[in-house]
Amino acid sequence: MHEMSLCEGVLQILEDHAVSQGFTQVKTVWLEIGGLSGVDPEAMRFGFDAVMKGTLADGAVLEIIDLPGQAWCMQCSKQVSVKARFDACPECNSFQLQVTGGDEMRIKELEVD
Amino acid sequence: MCTVCGCGEGETHIEGHEHDDHHDHEHHHHHHHHDHTHDYGQGPAHAHAPGMSQSRMVQIEQDILSKNNQYAAANRDYFRQRGILALNLVSSPGSGKTTLLARTIEGLKTGYTVAVIEGDQQTTNDAERIRATGAKALQINTGKGCHLDGHMVGHALESLKPDEGSLLFIENVGNLVCPAAFDLGEAHKVAILSVTEGEDKPLKYPDMFHASDLMLLNKTDLLPHLNFDVARCIAYAQQVNPRIRVLQISATTGEGMDDWYRWIEATRQMALIGHPALSA
Repeated sequence: MHEMSLCEGVLQILEDHAVSQGFTQVKTVWLEIGGLSGVDPEAMRFGFDAVMKGTLADGAVLEIIDLPGQAWCMQCSKQVSVKARFDACPECNSFQLQVTGGDEMRIKELEVD
Repeated sequence: MCTVCGCGEGETHIEGHEHDDHHDHEHHHHHHHHDHTHDYGQGPAHAHAPGMSQSRMVQIEQDILSKNNQYAAANRDYFRQRGILALNLVSSPGSGKTTLLARTIEGLKTGYTVAVIEGDQQTTNDAERIRATGAKALQINTGKGCHLDGHMVGHALESLKPDEGSLLFIENVGNLVCPAAFDLGEAHKVAILSVTEGEDKPLKYPDMFHASDLMLLNKTDLLPHLNFDVARCIAYAQQVNPRIRVLQISATTGEGMDDWYRWIEATRQMALIGHPALSA
């Protein structure tokens, strides 16, 4: 949806950590992107390469870890898998679901020099 | 360069917030020349000798939006201290946000002032329309950006200086996608959907309607000319957000606007409980 801005957010965080953790070059970035986060991994890759050009992460490899969408169904009283936000429960078709996982967009770790 | 946070703002332009032009944005890059060779790990089969690589892993575990969320938290704190109710108005382009705002500023009979931050890619037309009503307004042009973020709004507050106890409308860039994810520090997001759009917009753009606390169904004066199923639209909105409240209004005829004013008043009372600005 707004992957360029998100990549710029990633870059800011990298620059902050470069100062606090003492590294000058980022070789690999691992992102955790949930299936319900609204982030398109392909757009993220595209934006990543463009935004990182000429920075400490120029040419860095982007590894995206997909996290599945999960929700708690109040009718079934159990955890179910969902593909999109506000899907009905796959077992009872109720919409009374509380998303419990898969809305993450997080930098997990970095490989740095 | 910005003296608060060291930012160079690129494409963004905020009225009254000028940057030094002679700042050439060096960012202290050290230009290493990579003409030296690392000769370890270049043995047979390019085997890496354990422990010899300079690379290391750094655990971050940080939300990508954490920077924005910090700016939003600072804005929220600013609003709380000054007893300001901030509402973030989100919609597609052309839903009637600016007309709604101009009418609201004139229709709200209040003892407090109203201020507006206008977000658009280009032009100051909207801020000028709002200033014509007598309210303080400031335009943010996002340039290539598709949404306002917490950082832009923080700078806009420095220039706009909304009064203590005032009501602040933040008119976001017309876009039902990106503004959903960017917290500005507002008390509530208010989604505006006009009946000239599809009634299934809440299903097509669920994140926005999920993030909003109130939906204003605008341009209801046009309903006789359209095939727009109001009940179905509301049901879709509640499907993606069971908590959402819906008001049907026409900013042109004024129909339903009193309900909107009552919602603002009640919301302000709740938001400012315990703050001296409420009894002022």
